[in-house]
Amino acid sequence: MSKILLQKNKFNLTLRRLSQELLENHGNFSNTCIIGIQPRGTYLSNRIRSLLLMENPQLILEYGLLDITFHRDDFRLRAKPLQPHPTEINFVTEAKRVILIDDVLYTGRTIQAALAAINHFGRPSEVELLVLIDRRFNRHLPIQADYTGLRVDALNEAYVRVDWEEDGSEREVLLFSAKNEEI
Amino acid sequence: MTKAQLSIRHLLGIKEMSSSDINIIFQTADEFKDVINRPIKKVPSLRDVTIANLFFENSTRTRISFELAEKRLSADVVNFSASSSSVKKGETLLDTVMNILSMKVDMIVMRHPSPGAHHFLARKVDATIINAGDGTHEHPTQALLDAFSIRENFSTFKGLNVAIIGDIKHSRVALSNLFCLKKLGANVRLCGPSTLIPKHIEELGADVSFNVQETLEWADVANVLRIQLERQQSGYFPSLREYQMHFGISMSMLDKLREVPLIMHPGPMNRGLEISSSVADSDYSIILDQVENGVAVRMAVLYLLAGQRA
Repeated sequence: MSKILLQKNKFNLTLRRLSQELLENHGNFSNTCIIGIQPRGTYLSNRIRSLLLMENPQLILEYGLLDITFHRDDFRLRAKPLQPHPTEINFVTEAKRVILIDDVLYTGRTIQAALAAINHFGRPSEVELLVLIDRRFNRHLPIQADYTGLRVDALNEAYVRVDWEEDGSEREVLLFSAKNEEI
Repeated sequence: MTKAQLSIRHLLGIKEMSSSDINIIFQTADEFKDVINRPIKKVPSLRDVTIANLFFENSTRTRISFELAEKRLSADVVNFSASSSSVKKGETLLDTVMNILSMKVDMIVMRHPSPGAHHFLARKVDATIINAGDGTHEHPTQALLDAFSIRENFSTFKGLNVAIIGDIKHSRVALSNLFCLKKLGANVRLCGPSTLIPKHIEELGADVSFNVQETLEWADVANVLRIQLERQQSGYFPSLREYQMHFGISMSMLDKLREVPLIMHPGPMNRGLEISSSVADSDYSIILDQVENGVAVRMAVLYLLAGQRA
Protein backbone atom coordinates (compact mmCIF):
# COMPACT_ATOMS: atom_id res chain seq x y z
CA MET A 1 0.00 0.00 0.00
CA SER A 2 1.40 3.36 -0.90
CA LYS A 3 0.27 6.84 0.02
CA ILE A 4 1.15 10.02 -1.84
CA LEU A 5 2.96 12.44 0.45
CA LEU A 6 3.61 15.15 -2.14
CA GLN A 7 1.82 15.57 -5.45
CA LYS A 8 3.49 17.26 -8.39
CA ASN A 9 2.08 20.74 -7.60
CA LYS A 10 2.90 20.71 -3.94
CA PHE A 11 6.25 19.09 -4.70
CA ASN A 12 7.06 22.00 -6.99
CA LEU A 13 5.97 24.55 -4.39
CA THR A 14 8.14 22.86 -1.77
CA LEU A 15 11.21 22.98 -4.02
CA ARG A 16 10.60 26.67 -4.73
CA ARG A 17 10.30 27.40 -1.03
CA LEU A 18 13.55 25.55 -0.31
CA SER A 19 15.44 27.51 -2.96
CA GLN A 20 13.99 30.79 -1.63
CA GLU A 21 15.23 29.87 1.85
CA LEU A 22 18.69 29.24 0.43
CA LEU A 23 18.69 32.58 -1.38
CA GLU A 24 17.60 34.32 1.80
CA ASN A 25 20.49 32.85 3.81
CA HIS A 26 23.24 32.77 1.19
CA GLY A 27 22.54 35.84 -0.97
CA ASN A 28 24.76 35.71 -4.06
CA PHE A 29 26.46 32.44 -2.99
CA SER A 30 29.89 34.11 -3.18
CA ASN A 31 31.37 31.86 -0.49
CA THR A 32 28.86 29.01 -0.63
CA CYS A 33 28.95 25.75 -2.54
CA ILE A 34 26.25 23.15 -3.10
CA ILE A 35 27.00 19.44 -2.93
CA GLY A 36 24.46 16.74 -3.79
CA ILE A 37 24.85 13.28 -2.29
CA GLN A 38 25.05 10.40 -4.77
CA PRO A 39 22.96 8.75 -6.04
CA ARG A 40 19.42 9.88 -5.04
CA GLY A 41 20.30 13.28 -3.61
CA THR A 42 21.63 14.51 -6.94
CA TYR A 43 18.15 14.68 -8.53
CA LEU A 44 17.15 17.10 -5.81
CA SER A 45 20.38 19.09 -5.93
CA ASN A 46 20.20 19.40 -9.72
CA ARG A 47 16.64 20.69 -9.44
CA ILE A 48 17.45 23.14 -6.64
CA ARG A 49 20.41 24.38 -8.63
CA SER A 50 18.30 25.07 -11.71
CA LEU A 51 15.64 26.82 -9.62
CA LEU A 52 18.32 29.05 -8.08
CA LEU A 53 19.68 29.90 -11.52
CA MET A 54 16.18 30.57 -12.80
CA GLU A 55 15.66 33.02 -9.96
CA ASN A 56 19.01 34.73 -10.54
CA PRO A 57 20.70 33.87 -13.88
CA GLN A 58 23.80 35.89 -12.89
CA LEU A 59 24.48 33.54 -9.99
CA ILE A 60 27.89 31.82 -10.06
CA LEU A 61 27.34 28.55 -8.21
CA GLU A 62 30.04 26.13 -7.16
CA TYR A 63 28.31 22.82 -7.52
CA GLY A 64 29.48 19.25 -6.91
CA LEU A 65 28.35 15.68 -6.42
CA LEU A 66 29.64 13.55 -3.55
CA ASP A 67 29.68 9.75 -3.35
CA ILE A 68 29.84 8.37 0.18
CA THR A 69 29.97 4.64 -0.62
CA PHE A 70 33.51 4.17 0.71
CA HIS A 71 32.69 6.04 3.93
CA ARG A 72 29.57 4.10 4.92
CA ASP A 73 29.61 2.49 8.35
CA ASP A 74 27.54 -0.53 7.26
CA PHE A 75 30.09 -1.98 4.81
CA ARG A 76 30.41 -5.73 5.51
CA LEU A 77 27.12 -5.67 7.41
CA ARG A 78 25.31 -5.74 4.09
CA ALA A 79 25.11 -8.94 2.07
CA LYS A 80 26.74 -7.27 -0.95
CA PRO A 81 28.83 -4.13 -1.38
CA LEU A 82 27.27 -1.12 -3.09
CA GLN A 83 28.39 0.11 -6.49
CA PRO A 84 30.07 3.50 -6.07
CA HIS A 85 29.03 6.52 -8.13
CA PRO A 86 31.29 9.31 -9.41
CA THR A 87 32.33 12.10 -7.08
CA GLU A 88 32.53 15.34 -9.04
CA ILE A 89 33.92 18.12 -6.91
CA ASN A 90 36.24 20.38 -8.88
CA PHE A 91 36.84 22.93 -6.15
CA VAL A 92 38.09 22.97 -2.58
CA THR A 93 35.69 23.44 0.29
CA GLU A 94 38.32 25.02 2.54
CA ALA A 95 36.76 27.88 4.53
CA LYS A 96 33.57 27.77 2.45
CA ARG A 97 29.97 27.35 3.50
CA VAL A 98 28.78 24.01 2.20
CA ILE A 99 25.16 23.04 1.62
CA LEU A 100 24.74 19.26 1.55
CA ILE A 101 21.64 18.04 -0.26
CA ASP A 102 19.95 14.65 0.05
CA ASP A 103 16.42 13.49 -0.66
CA VAL A 104 15.45 11.65 2.53
CA LEU A 105 16.94 12.12 6.02
CA TYR A 106 16.30 8.89 7.90
CA THR A 107 18.84 7.38 10.34
CA GLY A 108 21.40 10.16 9.74
CA ARG A 109 24.14 7.66 8.88
CA THR A 110 24.43 8.80 5.26
CA ILE A 111 24.96 12.37 6.44
CA GLN A 112 27.53 11.22 8.99
CA ALA A 113 29.44 9.51 6.16
CA ALA A 114 29.06 12.61 3.97
CA LEU A 115 30.49 14.82 6.71
CA ALA A 116 33.54 12.53 6.88
CA ALA A 117 33.88 12.35 3.09
CA ILE A 118 33.65 16.12 2.62
CA ASN A 119 36.80 16.60 4.69
CA HIS A 120 38.79 15.18 1.76
CA PHE A 121 38.15 18.43 -0.07
CA GLY A 122 39.12 20.87 2.67
CA ARG A 123 37.77 22.13 5.98
CA PRO A 124 34.51 23.97 5.39
CA SER A 125 33.73 26.95 7.62
CA GLU A 126 30.18 25.68 7.99
CA VAL A 127 28.09 22.78 6.71
CA GLU A 128 24.33 22.97 6.31
CA LEU A 129 21.92 20.22 5.35
CA LEU A 130 18.95 20.46 3.01
CA VAL A 131 16.57 17.51 2.68
CA LEU A 132 13.25 17.04 0.96
CA ILE A 133 11.85 14.55 3.48
CA ASP A 134 12.77 14.40 7.16
CA ARG A 135 11.71 11.14 8.86
CA ARG A 136 12.20 12.74 12.22
CA PHE A 137 11.47 9.85 14.59
CA ASN A 138 13.87 7.36 13.01
CA ARG A 139 17.20 8.95 13.76
CA HIS A 140 20.20 6.93 15.03
CA LEU A 141 22.47 9.96 15.38
CA PRO A 142 22.13 13.57 16.56
CA ILE A 143 21.86 15.01 13.04
CA GLN A 144 19.24 17.57 11.96
CA ALA A 145 18.44 19.31 8.70
CA ASP A 146 18.67 23.10 8.33
CA TYR A 147 16.17 23.18 5.46
CA THR A 148 13.35 20.65 5.28
CA GLY A 149 10.73 20.12 2.59
CA LEU A 150 8.36 17.93 4.54
CA ARG A 151 8.43 16.19 7.91
CA VAL A 152 7.11 12.65 7.90
CA ASP A 153 6.26 10.51 10.90
CA ALA A 154 6.39 6.89 9.81
CA LEU A 155 7.15 3.50 11.24
CA ASN A 156 10.61 2.02 10.86
CA GLU A 157 9.30 -0.58 8.41
CA ALA A 158 7.93 2.12 6.11
CA TYR A 159 9.77 3.37 3.08
CA VAL A 160 9.74 6.79 1.43
CA ARG A 161 10.44 7.06 -2.28
CA VAL A 162 10.98 10.29 -4.18
CA ASP A 163 10.14 10.02 -7.89
CA TRP A 164 11.47 12.30 -10.60
CA GLU A 165 10.46 12.74 -14.24
CA GLU A 166 12.93 11.75 -16.91
CA ASP A 167 13.75 15.40 -17.66
CA GLY A 168 14.79 15.87 -13.99
CA SER A 169 11.62 17.66 -12.88
CA GLU A 170 9.60 16.54 -9.88
CA ARG A 171 6.85 13.89 -10.03
CA GLU A 172 5.71 12.80 -6.56
CA VAL A 173 6.78 11.48 -3.16
CA LEU A 174 5.34 8.16 -2.01
CA LEU A 175 5.17 6.44 1.37
CA PHE A 176 5.06 2.64 1.39
CA SER A 177 3.97 0.86 4.55
CA ALA A 178 6.68 -1.80 4.20
CA LYS A 179 9.93 -1.85 2.30
CA ASN A 180 9.20 -4.92 0.20
CA GLU A 181 6.10 -3.24 -1.26
CA GLU A 182 8.32 -0.69 -2.87
CA ILE A 183 7.79 -1.95 -6.43
CA MET B 1 21.36 2.00 -4.86
CA THR B 2 22.92 -0.56 -7.17
CA LYS B 3 24.61 -3.55 -5.62
CA ALA B 4 27.93 -4.72 -6.94
CA GLN B 5 27.75 -8.47 -6.92
CA LEU B 6 30.70 -10.52 -8.07
CA SER B 7 30.11 -14.16 -8.97
CA ILE B 8 33.34 -15.18 -7.21
CA ARG B 9 34.36 -15.32 -3.55
CA HIS B 10 38.12 -15.52 -4.16
CA LEU B 11 40.23 -14.02 -6.92
CA LEU B 12 42.08 -17.15 -8.04
CA GLY B 13 42.32 -16.44 -11.73
CA ILE B 14 40.60 -14.63 -14.59
CA LYS B 15 39.47 -17.97 -15.96
CA GLU B 16 36.83 -18.32 -13.23
CA MET B 17 35.46 -14.78 -13.72
CA SER B 18 32.63 -13.52 -15.92
CA SER B 19 32.86 -10.44 -18.11
CA SER B 20 30.34 -8.75 -15.83
CA ASP B 21 32.65 -9.37 -12.83
CA ILE B 22 35.43 -7.67 -14.76
CA ASN B 23 33.23 -4.71 -15.61
CA ILE B 24 32.07 -4.28 -12.01
CA ILE B 25 35.74 -4.18 -10.96
CA PHE B 26 36.47 -1.55 -13.63
CA GLN B 27 33.55 0.66 -12.59
CA THR B 28 34.62 0.47 -8.95
CA ALA B 29 38.26 1.12 -9.89
CA ASP B 30 37.18 4.31 -11.72
CA GLU B 31 36.02 5.74 -8.40
CA PHE B 32 39.12 4.55 -6.54
CA LYS B 33 41.34 6.18 -9.16
CA ASP B 34 39.56 9.42 -8.31
CA VAL B 35 40.15 8.78 -4.58
CA ILE B 36 43.91 8.17 -4.95
CA ASN B 37 44.32 11.39 -6.89
CA ARG B 38 42.91 13.49 -4.05
CA PRO B 39 45.13 15.19 -1.46
CA ILE B 40 43.72 12.73 1.14
CA LYS B 41 44.07 9.35 -0.54
CA LYS B 42 42.46 7.23 2.11
CA VAL B 43 38.93 5.93 2.71
CA PRO B 44 37.75 3.99 5.77
CA SER B 45 35.97 1.09 4.02
CA LEU B 46 38.14 -1.82 5.24
CA ARG B 47 38.91 -0.47 8.72
CA ASP B 48 37.82 -3.74 10.38
CA VAL B 49 39.63 -6.04 7.95
CA THR B 50 43.04 -7.62 8.44
CA ILE B 51 44.97 -8.69 5.37
CA ALA B 52 48.11 -10.84 5.20
CA ASN B 53 50.39 -10.45 2.21
CA LEU B 54 52.19 -13.75 1.74
CA PHE B 55 54.97 -13.56 -0.81
CA PHE B 56 56.68 -16.88 -1.38
CA GLU B 57 58.37 -15.37 -4.44
CA ASN B 58 60.11 -12.03 -4.99
CA SER B 59 58.11 -9.00 -5.98
CA THR B 60 58.47 -5.24 -5.76
CA ARG B 61 55.69 -3.65 -7.76
CA THR B 62 52.87 -6.05 -7.01
CA ARG B 63 53.66 -6.16 -3.34
CA ILE B 64 53.93 -2.40 -2.89
CA SER B 65 50.85 -1.91 -5.01
CA PHE B 66 48.79 -4.33 -2.92
CA GLU B 67 50.09 -2.86 0.31
CA LEU B 68 49.26 0.69 -0.77
CA ALA B 69 45.82 -0.41 -1.91
CA GLU B 70 45.18 -2.09 1.45
CA LYS B 71 46.43 0.89 3.44
CA ARG B 72 44.38 3.35 1.39
CA LEU B 73 41.32 1.30 2.26
CA SER B 74 42.34 1.52 5.96
CA ALA B 75 42.87 -2.23 6.35
CA ASP B 76 45.36 -3.63 8.85
CA VAL B 77 48.23 -5.22 6.96
CA VAL B 78 50.81 -7.86 7.84
CA ASN B 79 53.60 -8.80 5.47
CA PHE B 80 55.40 -12.05 5.10
CA SER B 81 58.15 -13.14 2.78
CA ALA B 82 59.33 -16.70 2.42
CA SER B 83 63.01 -15.81 2.68
CA SER B 84 62.72 -14.67 6.31
CA SER B 85 60.21 -17.18 7.69
CA SER B 86 59.60 -20.68 8.96
CA VAL B 87 59.10 -21.88 5.40
CA LYS B 88 62.88 -22.19 5.41
CA LYS B 89 62.54 -24.54 8.38
CA GLY B 90 60.31 -26.88 6.39
CA GLU B 91 56.79 -25.81 7.29
CA THR B 92 54.11 -26.69 4.71
CA LEU B 93 52.05 -24.04 2.93
CA LEU B 94 48.85 -25.12 4.65
CA ASP B 95 50.45 -25.01 8.11
CA THR B 96 51.92 -21.56 7.46
CA VAL B 97 48.56 -20.23 6.34
CA MET B 98 46.57 -21.92 9.13
CA ASN B 99 48.90 -20.39 11.69
CA ILE B 100 48.47 -16.95 10.23
CA LEU B 101 44.70 -17.37 10.06
CA SER B 102 44.46 -18.34 13.73
CA MET B 103 45.67 -14.82 14.43
CA LYS B 104 42.33 -13.67 12.95
CA VAL B 105 43.24 -12.62 9.44
CA ASP B 106 40.33 -12.05 7.02
CA MET B 107 42.01 -11.98 3.62
CA ILE B 108 45.14 -13.42 2.12
CA VAL B 109 47.02 -11.95 -0.81
CA MET B 110 49.51 -14.55 -1.97
CA ARG B 111 52.22 -15.07 -4.54
CA HIS B 112 53.47 -18.61 -4.79
CA PRO B 113 55.81 -20.41 -7.22
CA SER B 114 53.47 -23.42 -7.59
CA PRO B 115 50.64 -23.12 -10.11
CA GLY B 116 47.33 -23.88 -8.39
CA ALA B 117 48.55 -23.12 -4.84
CA HIS B 118 45.67 -20.67 -4.44
CA HIS B 119 43.04 -23.13 -5.61
CA PHE B 120 44.36 -25.60 -3.07
CA LEU B 121 44.19 -23.04 -0.25
CA ALA B 122 40.72 -21.84 -1.21
CA ARG B 123 39.42 -25.36 -0.67
CA LYS B 124 41.07 -25.64 2.73
CA VAL B 125 40.57 -22.30 4.48
CA ASP B 126 37.77 -19.84 5.17
CA ALA B 127 39.60 -16.60 4.41
CA THR B 128 39.25 -14.79 1.08
CA ILE B 129 42.20 -15.62 -1.16
CA ILE B 130 43.62 -13.24 -3.75
CA ASN B 131 46.12 -14.52 -6.27
CA ALA B 132 49.11 -12.21 -6.76
CA GLY B 133 50.77 -14.69 -9.12
CA ASP B 134 51.01 -18.47 -9.03
CA GLY B 135 53.99 -19.90 -10.90
CA THR B 136 53.48 -19.79 -14.66
CA HIS B 137 49.69 -20.00 -14.27
CA GLU B 138 47.83 -16.74 -13.60
CA HIS B 139 48.35 -13.19 -12.36
CA PRO B 140 44.79 -11.90 -12.38
CA THR B 141 45.24 -8.40 -10.94
CA GLN B 142 47.94 -7.66 -13.54
CA ALA B 143 45.54 -8.65 -16.33
CA LEU B 144 42.78 -6.51 -14.79
CA LEU B 145 45.02 -3.46 -14.53
CA ASP B 146 46.31 -3.98 -18.07
CA ALA B 147 42.77 -4.15 -19.43
CA PHE B 148 41.74 -1.17 -17.25
CA SER B 149 44.62 0.84 -18.77
CA ILE B 150 43.59 -0.18 -22.29
CA ARG B 151 40.01 0.85 -21.49
CA GLU B 152 41.22 4.37 -20.65
CA ASN B 153 42.54 4.72 -24.20
CA PHE B 154 39.90 2.96 -26.30
CA SER B 155 36.13 3.21 -26.14
CA THR B 156 35.52 -0.53 -26.50
CA PHE B 157 37.29 -3.89 -26.39
CA LYS B 158 35.11 -5.31 -29.15
CA GLY B 159 37.31 -5.92 -32.17
CA LEU B 160 40.37 -4.32 -30.57
CA ASN B 161 43.64 -5.98 -31.63
CA VAL B 162 45.95 -6.69 -28.72
CA ALA B 163 49.36 -8.29 -29.20
CA ILE B 164 51.27 -9.94 -26.37
CA ILE B 165 54.93 -10.14 -27.31
CA GLY B 166 57.74 -12.11 -25.67
CA ASP B 167 58.07 -15.15 -23.43
CA ILE B 168 54.50 -16.48 -23.50
CA LYS B 169 55.43 -19.93 -22.23
CA HIS B 170 56.63 -18.87 -18.79
CA SER B 171 54.37 -15.87 -18.36
CA ARG B 172 51.42 -15.84 -15.99
CA VAL B 173 50.73 -12.31 -17.20
CA ALA B 174 50.23 -13.59 -20.75
CA LEU B 175 47.74 -16.27 -19.73
CA SER B 176 45.67 -13.99 -17.49
CA ASN B 177 45.72 -11.26 -20.12
CA LEU B 178 44.57 -13.71 -22.76
CA PHE B 179 41.61 -14.88 -20.65
CA CYS B 180 40.69 -11.34 -19.67
CA LEU B 181 40.89 -9.79 -23.14
CA LYS B 182 38.98 -12.65 -24.78
CA LYS B 183 36.19 -12.32 -22.19
CA LEU B 184 35.96 -8.60 -23.00
CA GLY B 185 35.75 -9.27 -26.75
CA ALA B 186 39.23 -8.26 -27.96
CA ASN B 187 41.32 -10.12 -30.55
CA VAL B 188 44.55 -11.44 -29.07
CA ARG B 189 47.73 -12.34 -30.93
CA LEU B 190 50.70 -13.93 -29.21
CA CYS B 191 54.12 -13.28 -30.69
CA GLY B 192 57.60 -14.50 -29.79
CA PRO B 193 60.20 -17.13 -30.64
CA SER B 194 58.56 -20.49 -31.36
CA THR B 195 60.32 -22.07 -28.39
CA LEU B 196 58.61 -19.61 -26.03
CA ILE B 197 55.07 -20.08 -27.32
CA PRO B 198 53.25 -23.12 -25.88
CA LYS B 199 51.89 -25.61 -28.40
CA HIS B 200 48.10 -25.62 -28.88
CA ILE B 201 47.72 -22.19 -27.23
CA GLU B 202 45.41 -21.35 -30.20
CA GLU B 203 42.81 -23.54 -28.47
CA LEU B 204 42.35 -20.68 -25.98
CA GLY B 205 41.32 -18.34 -28.79
CA ALA B 206 44.56 -16.54 -29.62
CA ASP B 207 46.39 -16.17 -32.94
CA VAL B 208 50.07 -16.93 -32.99
CA SER B 209 52.71 -15.09 -34.98
CA PHE B 210 56.48 -15.28 -35.09
CA ASN B 211 56.88 -11.98 -36.91
CA VAL B 212 57.08 -8.93 -34.65
CA GLN B 213 56.96 -6.27 -37.37
CA GLU B 214 53.80 -7.77 -38.85
CA THR B 215 52.24 -8.13 -35.40
CA LEU B 216 52.95 -4.49 -34.53
CA GLU B 217 51.33 -3.42 -37.81
CA TRP B 218 48.21 -5.42 -36.88
CA ALA B 219 48.00 -4.33 -33.25
CA ASP B 220 46.17 -1.44 -31.58
CA VAL B 221 47.92 -2.34 -28.34
CA ALA B 222 51.23 -4.17 -27.83
CA ASN B 223 51.90 -5.63 -24.40
CA VAL B 224 55.62 -6.43 -24.25
CA LEU B 225 56.64 -9.06 -21.72
CA ARG B 226 59.86 -9.37 -19.80
CA ILE B 227 62.41 -11.90 -20.96
CA GLN B 228 63.19 -13.87 -17.86
CA LEU B 229 66.96 -13.91 -18.00
CA GLU B 230 67.18 -17.24 -16.21
CA ARG B 231 65.41 -18.86 -19.19
CA GLN B 232 68.27 -18.10 -21.49
CA GLN B 233 70.41 -20.66 -19.68
CA SER B 234 67.97 -23.43 -20.56
CA GLY B 235 68.44 -22.91 -24.29
CA TYR B 236 65.09 -21.48 -25.37
CA PHE B 237 66.95 -19.02 -27.61
CA PRO B 238 70.61 -18.81 -28.64
CA SER B 239 71.58 -15.50 -27.02
CA LEU B 240 70.09 -12.37 -25.50
CA ARG B 241 71.56 -10.35 -28.32
CA GLU B 242 69.84 -12.49 -30.89
CA TYR B 243 66.54 -12.16 -29.02
CA GLN B 244 66.95 -8.40 -28.90
CA MET B 245 67.66 -8.23 -32.65
CA HIS B 246 64.60 -10.26 -33.63
CA PHE B 247 62.02 -9.57 -30.93
CA GLY B 248 63.16 -6.45 -29.05
CA ILE B 249 60.83 -3.49 -29.71
CA SER B 250 62.87 -0.57 -31.00
CA MET B 251 62.04 2.90 -32.29
CA SER B 252 63.18 1.95 -35.80
CA MET B 253 60.50 -0.75 -35.83
CA LEU B 254 57.80 1.70 -34.75
CA ASP B 255 58.98 4.25 -37.35
CA LYS B 256 58.07 1.82 -40.12
CA LEU B 257 54.47 1.48 -38.98
CA ARG B 258 51.49 3.32 -40.45
CA GLU B 259 50.03 3.62 -36.98
CA VAL B 260 51.95 2.95 -33.78
CA PRO B 261 50.14 0.82 -31.20
CA LEU B 262 49.89 1.69 -27.53
CA ILE B 263 52.94 0.17 -25.81
CA MET B 264 52.54 -1.62 -22.48
CA HIS B 265 54.89 -3.58 -20.24
CA PRO B 266 54.00 -5.26 -16.95
CA GLY B 267 57.50 -4.64 -15.54
CA PRO B 268 60.20 -5.09 -14.49
CA MET B 269 61.69 -3.98 -17.81
CA ASN B 270 64.99 -5.14 -19.25
CA ARG B 271 65.78 -1.92 -21.08
CA GLY B 272 67.62 -2.57 -24.32
CA LEU B 273 66.49 -6.20 -24.42
CA GLU B 274 62.75 -6.76 -25.01
CA ILE B 275 62.09 -3.03 -25.22
CA SER B 276 64.44 -0.16 -26.01
CA SER B 277 64.63 2.86 -23.73
CA SER B 278 63.45 5.19 -26.46
CA VAL B 279 60.23 3.15 -26.84
CA ALA B 280 59.68 2.70 -23.10
CA ASP B 281 59.99 6.46 -22.52
CA SER B 282 58.07 7.53 -25.64
CA ASP B 283 54.58 9.00 -25.79
CA TYR B 284 53.31 5.67 -27.10
CA SER B 285 54.09 4.01 -23.79
CA ILE B 286 51.56 3.86 -20.94
CA ILE B 287 53.81 1.83 -18.65
CA LEU B 288 53.64 4.25 -15.72
CA ASP B 289 49.85 4.62 -16.12
CA GLN B 290 49.66 0.85 -15.68
CA VAL B 291 51.46 1.14 -12.37
CA GLU B 292 49.16 3.93 -11.19
CA ASN B 293 46.06 2.00 -12.25
CA GLY B 294 47.38 -1.06 -10.41
CA VAL B 295 46.62 0.53 -7.06
CA ALA B 296 43.09 1.57 -8.05
CA VAL B 297 42.26 -1.83 -9.55
CA ARG B 298 43.58 -3.68 -6.50
CA MET B 299 41.58 -1.39 -4.22
CA ALA B 300 38.47 -2.31 -6.21
CA VAL B 301 39.21 -6.05 -5.97
CA LEU B 302 39.84 -5.88 -2.21
CA TYR B 303 36.79 -3.72 -1.61
CA LEU B 304 34.43 -5.90 -3.61
CA LEU B 305 35.67 -9.20 -2.18
CA ALA B 306 35.79 -7.91 1.42
CA GLY B 307 32.22 -6.66 1.09
CA GLN B 308 30.93 -10.07 0.08
CA ARG B 309 32.17 -11.86 3.16
CA ALA B 310 29.44 -11.12 5.67
